[in-house]
Amino acid sequence: MSVAPAEVEREEAGLDAVPDTPWVTIVWNDPINLMSYVTYVFQKVFGYAKPKAEKLMLDVHHRGKAVVSNGTREAMEKDAEILHGYGLWATVSHDR
Amino acid sequence: MSGAPAGGAPDEEETTGAFRRSRGRVSARFTAAQAVILRNLVNQVAELMGTAAEPGAADPTVAGSPAGQGSAGPGEPALSLEELAAAIGASGPTSPPEDPVLARLLPDAYRDDPEAAGEFRRYTEQDLRSGKVAAAQTVLDTLPARGGHVRLKPEDAQAWLRSLNDVRLAIGTVLGITEDYEDEMEAASWADPRSAYLEVYHWLGYVQDSLVRALW
Repeated sequence: MSVAPAEVEREEAGLDAVPDTPWVTIVWNDPINLMSYVTYVFQKVFGYAKPKAEKLMLDVHHRGKAVVSNGTREAMEKDAEILHGYGLWATVSHDR
Repeated sequence: MSGAPAGGAPDEEETTGAFRRSRGRVSARFTAAQAVILRNLVNQVAELMGTAAEPGAADPTVAGSPAGQGSAGPGEPALSLEELAAAIGASGPTSPPEDPVLARLLPDAYRDDPEAAGEFRRYTEQDLRSGKVAAAQTVLDTLPARGGHVRLKPEDAQAWLRSLNDVRLAIGTVLGITEDYEDEMEAASWADPRSAYLEVYHWLGYVQDSLVRALW
């Protein structure tokens, strides 16, 4: 594992002068997590009202994945870390 | 994802393993057998998460040794994830992330970028493991080994939710659970080594779902 690639990427972002190029956190469907639990986690972590959390959960369930938040890379990594703590399968990616 | 597992008669006051809310707290009653099984499984996850993430250092085959006070007492049935994995021909313990249970409990945060995933893991995995061990410890501290009434403070209820989920992820991954597992459960014969684990997996989903609904 190397530190270098991440640094290079940050430098490139700096050169482009677009520090806030949107990153996203994605939650992937899996057959184990309960629908009720996933909805609850979205409410708890993102402060969404139940109908919005439920819609997001159904997006994950029916489409296989859903974008649950967007922002800076650091913020998305924080979201992914929190979601991993709840056992959700979350990844970070660059929304190009 | 999976829908709510049906279990017993949820409207009955005395249904065991079903959480309900009263006076601002969630509570449930567990039989001794349920408490033993749950503590055993929670303990195994704590053991797995508490092990150093170095190749060769992990030895999750030492089932039943406690993360804290969770020691399995004499006569407690061994419900071992490792034995299950061996019985159904899944791979034995390997270093992360090849072990599928570890890979599911400690997932990569980048899907197509192994270097970014490794970097993220380097900064977060230890805290993630510690959090899972702490949640497991809360369950072990609040669930009497002989069963009985469990009444949870809000922060303990959160720990229970996460710990129950970790156990379900671990068993579900070893079993190779699909969204149609209930059909498989009904079709499985008692001679099938998966049968008992499918029943336990199903029950854990029922307990967790009742806890979510009690917290809503």
